[in-house]
Amino acid sequence: MADPVTAPAEPLLRVEGVTKTFRVPGRSRRGGLRALDGVDLTLGRGETLGLVGESGCGKSTLARVLMLLERPDGGTVRTAGVDPFALRGKELLAWRRRIQMVFQDPYASLNPRLTAAQLIGEPWLTHRDIVPPERRAARVRELLELVGLRASDADRYPQEFSGGQRQRIGIARALALGPDVLICDEPVSALDLSVQAQVLNLLADLQAELGVSYLFISHDLSVVRHVAERVAVMYLGRVVESGPVDEVFAAPAHPYTAALLSAAPSLDAVREGSRERIVLKGEVPSPLDPPSGCRFRTRCWQAEPRCADVVPPFEPAPGGPGHRVACHLPLSDRAQATEHALQ
Amino acid sequence: MTVAMEVERLSVDVRTPAGRVRAVRDVSFTVHSGQAMALLGESGCGKSMTAQAIAGLLGPVAEVAGGAVRLDGVDVLGLDPASRRKLAGPGLAIVFQDALTALNPVYPVGTQLAEPFRIHEKLSRRAAREKAVELMDRVGIPEPRSRLNAYPHQFSGGMRQRLLIAMAVALRPAVLLADEPTTALDVTVQAQIMELLAELRTEQRMALVLITHDLAVAAEQADHVAVMYAGAVVETGPVAEVFRAPRHPYTRGLLDSVPAAGDRGTRLRSIDGAPPELADLPSGCAFRARCPLATERCATERPPLAETGPGRASACHYWKELADG
Repeated sequence: MADPVTAPAEPLLRVEGVTKTFRVPGRSRRGGLRALDGVDLTLGRGETLGLVGESGCGKSTLARVLMLLERPDGGTVRTAGVDPFALRGKELLAWRRRIQMVFQDPYASLNPRLTAAQLIGEPWLTHRDIVPPERRAARVRELLELVGLRASDADRYPQEFSGGQRQRIGIARALALGPDVLICDEPVSALDLSVQAQVLNLLADLQAELGVSYLFISHDLSVVRHVAERVAVMYLGRVVESGPVDEVFAAPAHPYTAALLSAAPSLDAVREGSRERIVLKGEVPSPLDPPSGCRFRTRCWQAEPRCADVVPPFEPAPGGPGHRVACHLPLSDRAQATEHALQ
Repeated sequence: MTVAMEVERLSVDVRTPAGRVRAVRDVSFTVHSGQAMALLGESGCGKSMTAQAIAGLLGPVAEVAGGAVRLDGVDVLGLDPASRRKLAGPGLAIVFQDALTALNPVYPVGTQLAEPFRIHEKLSRRAAREKAVELMDRVGIPEPRSRLNAYPHQFSGGMRQRLLIAMAVALRPAVLLADEPTTALDVTVQAQIMELLAELRTEQRMALVLITHDLAVAAEQADHVAVMYAGAVVETGPVAEVFRAPRHPYTRGLLDSVPAAGDRGTRLRSIDGAPPELADLPSGCAFRARCPLATERCATERPPLAETGPGRASACHYWKELADG
């Protein structure tokens, strides 16, 4: 496992200043939808990075860029030092198997006409040299058992499985190519609570056994806190804060992180007594027409004139190492955040 | 504290090709004015069907098989359709999870918001529209007057949920049923909606039945909780007490499944297995196949929901053992 505090020197995945703009009919190229606006993040080998943010913040676009489904307009993506967007042909194909994805909805993401074995083995039809044909049936059985299903489940169809079991098939399929990175896009949010815990335990076991890295996209902060070593918080196409999960959650430096943490309902109210809550005014502005300067300023309780003029740089936060924030007025501790919000 | 609504031994059957299946079994609970009751459970436990039965909105394949829902002493399940419709609004209102499908896409929101006043209070078109503006303002929709003629798709998800809540509370209902009202929303918007519901509850002395799968939402919003499993209530009580010291192993299993602060990297204690098919419930206790405490008694004898203390009840033979250790 990677050291949770300092990211390794040459991370498995390094994203720097990535931008992506989608053209919108009836608007000029410059007036397009800026889904990613300078995203920085790193992911170490065997590490779990939590990615949190609300709908429309660019989480899924970032996942699609990392899967090479979208080409960024600017910035760099490096996987073990290699720019995947520069690869062609065989090299590109060989590269693609290194990053795989687990989808949110196990009811929609599995083809109902394929059996579990066909679903899990389908990636080998494209990546032919990973598992020799005569080994494939045995490998499917191994993968089924690896994710906690039975080898005898191979010939059953998705609709014969429960939601949690389907997600296990989705995970087995993602693992079929032996990837270095799994992008898990809300992998448990469609599942019931008791089943969610089973799948989270499975993901932890697989990481310990295979050393795979996870980019874990979730809106559920308690889940992220449980699985991730580091966390990155996105708002309107930018990473506004990142760092070790314990530190970011205990002492958020960005007001948005503080508000998000405070808004998320939590059992701690029962476990530890009541707490003050920051309820943000308004909603996330449209990414078609984002605010100037700091994109959070329209909902921020401590915004100053310079927040509208100058984009806050993504800099080391006042706290510990590896903690970075994009804010002109970073919060020094949680108490201060609450105090400001209540005034 | 006045009782706003009493649900007594409510049962609902669903007709399937394989025969009748009991989807809700003897559900009983009471809500008081100004208080919130959370109906908590996982998918398929019957919580939404309970709400639909109370609201008289069961689909064609489902029907009430027994029990009573008393509002102001009157059993609404026994009312004829016309009297029942009179109650929809001033007596009992419902907010659905998905505001986009619950609002009519072809009418402007102003028309939809004015409708309850037109029908129930026989207001003129102009007066009803004025009421609609007031309502939109009350639920926090900016510039309400200029948005009267906007259509539902022109509002964001959070604003649509506000519109739906506005319609539901227009006639100041005694009881508001909210079926997963914030599940489709982002957390910062969820916090706004929950705050609005809490304000309306205090302002109008409205009783709230909050149907949710989210333990944290129940913990923060509700005064009481009823935990449902396989169509039946397995535990009830004040939410803080139930969550601090659950007296049913299913409640305890759910609470253990929620990742807590400071246990990163540890294994979550999940509940093994999956809920049973309603058409094929095991004998005795429906939870026994997944229960760490189950004995032979649980297979032969179905535990009734029995009082375990003031305001608390559990449907487990071994709640004392659970409480002790």
